[in-house]
Amino acid sequence: MPYLYINKDNITEQIAKQLVDICPFGSISTEGNKIVIDSGCRMCRICVTKGPPGVIEYVEEPEQKTIDKSEWKGISVYVDHCAGHIHNVTYEIIGKARELATVCDAPVYALIMGCNIKFAAEKLLHYNVDKVFVYDYPDLSNFKIDLYTNVFEDFILKVKPSSIMVGATNLGRTLAPRIAARFRTGLTADCTRLEVRENTDLVQIRPAFGGNIMAQIITPRHRPQFCTVRYKIFSARTPSTTPAGDIVSMNINPKRLKSVYEILKIEEKPKEMDISEAEVIVAIGRGLKSKADLAMINELAELLNAQIACTRPLIECGWFEAKHQIGLSGRTAKPKLIITAGISGSVQFAAGMQGADCIISINCDPSASIFDIAHYGICGDMYDVVPQLIQLIREGRENGL
Amino acid sequence: MKILVCIKQVPGTSNVQVDPVTGVLIRNGMECKLNPYDLYALEMAFELIDKYGGGVDVISMGPQQAKDAVYEALWMGAGRGSVISDRRFSGADVLATSYTLSQGIAKMGKYDLIICGKQTTDGDTAQVGAEIAEFMKIPHAGNVSAVTDISDSKVTFAANLDDSVITERIPLPCLLCADSNINTPRLPSYRRKQKLGSDMVSLITLDDFSDKDEKNYGLIGSPTNVERIFPPEKHQEKKMFSGSSHELSDKLYGLLRELKFI
Repeated sequence: MPYLYINKDNITEQIAKQLVDICPFGSISTEGNKIVIDSGCRMCRICVTKGPPGVIEYVEEPEQKTIDKSEWKGISVYVDHCAGHIHNVTYEIIGKARELATVCDAPVYALIMGCNIKFAAEKLLHYNVDKVFVYDYPDLSNFKIDLYTNVFEDFILKVKPSSIMVGATNLGRTLAPRIAARFRTGLTADCTRLEVRENTDLVQIRPAFGGNIMAQIITPRHRPQFCTVRYKIFSARTPSTTPAGDIVSMNINPKRLKSVYEILKIEEKPKEMDISEAEVIVAIGRGLKSKADLAMINELAELLNAQIACTRPLIECGWFEAKHQIGLSGRTAKPKLIITAGISGSVQFAAGMQGADCIISINCDPSASIFDIAHYGICGDMYDVVPQLIQLIREGRENGL
Repeated sequence: MKILVCIKQVPGTSNVQVDPVTGVLIRNGMECKLNPYDLYALEMAFELIDKYGGGVDVISMGPQQAKDAVYEALWMGAGRGSVISDRRFSGADVLATSYTLSQGIAKMGKYDLIICGKQTTDGDTAQVGAEIAEFMKIPHAGNVSAVTDISDSKVTFAANLDDSVITERIPLPCLLCADSNINTPRLPSYRRKQKLGSDMVSLITLDDFSDKDEKNYGLIGSPTNVERIFPPEKHQEKKMFSGSSHELSDKLYGLLRELKFI
């Protein structure tokens, strides 16, 4: 078990203070002339790498189980679909999988389970996959977690893919952790960037620690490696006109298709506004002082034919419904234009919109991190800029522009 | 009905930056709060025992300071609370965290229903609930918006899928992850706070678990490793405008016209 060794002889009062200050989680404290690391420690090892040298050491015992990575080959994509209608996130992930597969010379697989889904499997052959594995059973016609997990397990045991990518839909977010836990392997949620190494290690990058930082995560000693990716993070490729690749029909022991889930009713949700699909978005954040001030934002959105989105704090204070939220805990959007007003730009928010073609940001703080991702930064008070912009657009309209 | 709710203490703000020169995390203040998504899970539990009788317990994992979050839940109406805290759990990823919680839950007792929040505001992974259920070998459901019936050792609930709402029935014991904004969470009661005192939360450590093998916990029990952390990339070709608000709105208007959005 790796642990942090404290070199007591090297500790002076000043060094102790330095260490207390350097720990981002406040887990180092002093007790008399001793320093103590408490259970808040996340083993980020900043005290080792950035602290005074030779005081805290990271001790790793070499005995760690390893697996034979050559036994696990291929990048698999879970096909998210409803009665054979494939969710677009699947095509986006297949595009990424193909890109990664060229680096480590691996095949790209698609896994689809359901009932009467042959047509969907055939459609996938236009998206540059090597094999589509199909489990077609009446019992799989609706999503039942236990059955889908069993089928997924069957697939992994038979095919042994090195990496598995799942779309972060509600269904994918329920299924992926269940199957990752069954294999006691790693799962990285909502990756915003993916790379692969020649040894097939998947390099997963996502915002982390609830802060304005990104983490690069690997799963060095386990296979398969699981990650989820949200809709609108990667881009789908255009389908080819001629199909390529093979459809592999898979069988599973019928005993494994007995479910404890009874589905009583499935109701289609009424189609509602979805900011993931919006072409133009006006997004508002904590710079908004009161709910009444939303009027000007609404007006601007109306003039630009835009959808309105917001950051998490505005959901928490109840000014918006959750479906308007952009960010890691809300939706991901990839519009042609997003105008952000009064948004400082946490990585959680940025992760949900930095794929936009054009980002225009209004903020009065020139050092706000939103300007790090904006294409155009307007350093000013939205309470002045927005009403004047509205007036200009109105005047322009009146003059026939 | 015995219900257990899993809660987490999260940083009060997301104000963490990386020093671009040294690569060191700078966290301003260490204020903490109860994860807002857990409030809906707690409220769901309280409403269920209001209707079906029974009690709600809470469990959390984290530094000992996480007791504060557990107390908040006790003041809202929970009966018993525990914090799983041990340095040997440091550096746990989703898998190790879920396994640790499943061990801690077993230590707490037997429950009919375990309820988790949708996700936390610091990890934002929304995966721990499902993994706990897998380790406990019980059924689970995500994005649960309402529990409509509990009878004959089965629970009926509605869950949000992406394009539909599904109503399902599964046997108890099971685990449900509550969706957000599904109810109005109650506030902690001042009276309960006065009545309960401050020694109500027990501590669970690795020594209390049935699986005491250190290799299954913390950093070593975590399949994923954080290789490095870094500040988000900056956009290279950006144009910054400053000046009076009139100049700015003129610029912005011109820009929107140029880009053909007006």
